[in-house]
Amino acid sequence: MLPEICLGLVIAGITAYAVLGGADFGAGFWDLTAGGARRGGRVRGMVQQSMGPVWEANHVWLIFVLVLMWTCFPTAFGSIFSTLYVPLLIVVVGIILRGTAFALRGQAATIGEARFIGALFASSSVLVPFCLGSCLGAIASGRVPVGNAAGDPISSWLSPTGVLVGGLAVITGAYLAAVYMAGDSVRAGLPDLARAFRARALIAGSVAGVVAIGGLVVLHDDARSLFDGLTSGGGLVFVIASALAGIATLALVWVQRFELARFSAAAAVACVTVGWAFAQSPYLLPDRLTLDQAAAPNATLAATLIGVGAGLVVLIPSLYLLYSLTLRGRLDQEFEPLDQRFQPLPGSGSTEGGT
Amino acid sequence: MDVLVLAAGHVSSALGESTQEHLLAARHTQALSFIFHIPLVCFGIAFPAMVLFTEGLWLRSGDPVYKTIAKRWSKVMLILFAVGVVSGTILSFEFGLLWPNFTATFGSVFGLGFTLEGFSFFIEAIFIAIYVYGWDRLSPRRHFLCGIPIVITGLTGSMFVISVNAWMNHPTGFDLVGGHVTNVHPWAALFNSQLPFELTHMYFAGYMVAGFLVAAVYARAWLRGDRSRYNRAALIIPLTFAALVTPAQLIVGDWAARTVTKDQPLKLAAFEGLPKTESGAPFHIGGIYEDGEVKHGIEIPDLLSILADHDPNGTVKGLNIAPPDDRPPINVTRLSFQTMVFVGTGLALITVAYLFTWWRRRRLPRSRWFFRAVVLAGPLSLLALICGWVTTEVGRQPWIVYEVMRTEQAVTDAGGLPVIFFSLLAVYLSLLGAVIWLLRRLARSSPEAAAEPQGAES
Repeated sequence: MLPEICLGLVIAGITAYAVLGGADFGAGFWDLTAGGARRGGRVRGMVQQSMGPVWEANHVWLIFVLVLMWTCFPTAFGSIFSTLYVPLLIVVVGIILRGTAFALRGQAATIGEARFIGALFASSSVLVPFCLGSCLGAIASGRVPVGNAAGDPISSWLSPTGVLVGGLAVITGAYLAAVYMAGDSVRAGLPDLARAFRARALIAGSVAGVVAIGGLVVLHDDARSLFDGLTSGGGLVFVIASALAGIATLALVWVQRFELARFSAAAAVACVTVGWAFAQSPYLLPDRLTLDQAAAPNATLAATLIGVGAGLVVLIPSLYLLYSLTLRGRLDQEFEPLDQRFQPLPGSGSTEGGT
Repeated sequence: MDVLVLAAGHVSSALGESTQEHLLAARHTQALSFIFHIPLVCFGIAFPAMVLFTEGLWLRSGDPVYKTIAKRWSKVMLILFAVGVVSGTILSFEFGLLWPNFTATFGSVFGLGFTLEGFSFFIEAIFIAIYVYGWDRLSPRRHFLCGIPIVITGLTGSMFVISVNAWMNHPTGFDLVGGHVTNVHPWAALFNSQLPFELTHMYFAGYMVAGFLVAAVYARAWLRGDRSRYNRAALIIPLTFAALVTPAQLIVGDWAARTVTKDQPLKLAAFEGLPKTESGAPFHIGGIYEDGEVKHGIEIPDLLSILADHDPNGTVKGLNIAPPDDRPPINVTRLSFQTMVFVGTGLALITVAYLFTWWRRRRLPRSRWFFRAVVLAGPLSLLALICGWVTTEVGRQPWIVYEVMRTEQAVTDAGGLPVIFFSLLAVYLSLLGAVIWLLRRLARSSPEAAAEPQGAES
């Protein structure tokens, strides 16, 4: 029972990172595609404002997942990281570039500097979720054997399943980000941006849905046991739930109920990660290592649960405080289209504050 | 002791034996990431307390200078924290990318510390965001209260991570049966006997590094003629924090040396390059260790015995208690140990001069040399910090888990380790450049402008 609970924590962590951190990556996607410095300034300004207070906290979920994995399932962790070192190295470099570029970009003094830093931020925001997703694809399609770098360093993740999950991670993040930022724009009293993000959310949500359904065909050929798991039993229940939540989100975005759409969008993503766990049960590394074989001794699992329980007692009220302050706009900075200070005459945008 | 050394080193790695030819590249990558991250840890430990103290001065006195300082520092704090989040993430990836066999074999023993640290880090991230983005948006009292968790998590976070390092130096909380790790007691591993001194040593080091580095910025401005109240306060506050801690650090260092003597006699022998066990062991200042002895150094009789044992005739174990294969690299360990001790002593002298002047005359020393020394103390404290970590980490070699698992057993079998090293080196160098660029730019904008960046209060 203890291994299942600990796996549940890992899945919860992955879900939280996908829903919260994924949206931060998605914000970078919209930054990348926002167009030139003049046209994209307002979108980028919103990206900056939405991510500012929350991205460090959102990022910690990734560390939480890694730490739980190596504490509770050490052999699996060592096998995964030694085999998938290529995408994970890209992730490492991408995380460095992205975090630094985000922290620095507000300080750019010339449009050239701003463009360079912005490009680093945006391109690494696409690269990192793709590589992380492809690692999950490599695991789920049974391409990570037990051992020290025992799997293939390239074909394990640049496989059909790896590319599919990587692509899905990018597009899902973009979808989530558009939904969240549409809500943020309404709150900040910027209807033009709310419209822009609503359109983006509708497009990205539809693309994500098509890719997800089309992806089942890829899984059918490339990762048969995963496909079987997702189309039967608990896996199927969650796949259907995810599809319903996805459709509900599109409808909510259509009618501009962005605050509700936040939650249904997050639920759609959560259903996918939980469904995935069901689909490859009882394996942690499909066909090679079961959950029980991978689990650390009970003393460790119990200690971890005590530690997590104690941590949550402090964390939950803190997170509540952060998100309630954020969602009520108490931490909002004054909205400013990014890099407009380099323009000789600012465009039509209003610069009134959001507080 | 001999029995312990002989019995050790027989753990069988969970993922099978490693056959990596680029072990050194893996160690260099780890050292590089660590050297980048550890100064940021110092700011995580000590800077929030300084910022909060300054904000407290503002709340008590109503003097806007203090608010200006606290607000500016809090922006720097957020940037350094953000970079630290990133470089800390790299370190956690490296547990798998570089040392999968270490993590796979012992993750169940030492992982608990990181789980707890994760929460600590989480809460720190939340309250730093609220604190920095909450200036003038929360009531002054609430804003101040939101700073307190940052100070606390700075302590707990470093405690949990240092606990793991202390465990690597003094592994407990498990049994080895036939080479396999069994009977795991994660709580015993977490609260191991080396934790108290390692934590205190690092905690004080955090206050020294952050204090001296911040003070150095304003001492430099003083030398350039800035005698404003702003500059004076921004110099005195961090310098006082550093000054109160530095003399005490010498005592903690002594505590550390004596614990190392007891738990890791080989490491202590490497501090001096003591070839054979002897009583009344000397200490050589400078010189290098060659062909089994220290050459060209200045010998001070009995000093090593005094350091290790508080007794000029005390017996100190030499390198001969272990076969050459089990000894750490002597010269790196020696050089970094000596650098740490001498720099630390020099810093203590500066702070004694400062504290003495303050106590007798209630003012800063007037000599330009004092301010030059403070400017120098910033980078020097960083040097001492890094040398201290090199001392303990290189001094632990060839073991990753002291006398249980060798570093070469822990390393990944993945290819391309030199590529990883050089790509991360390039990234870290550009990151360093970027941080310096940004901090300079922040320093250049005038304090008056930073005081009320939004114009009116909202």
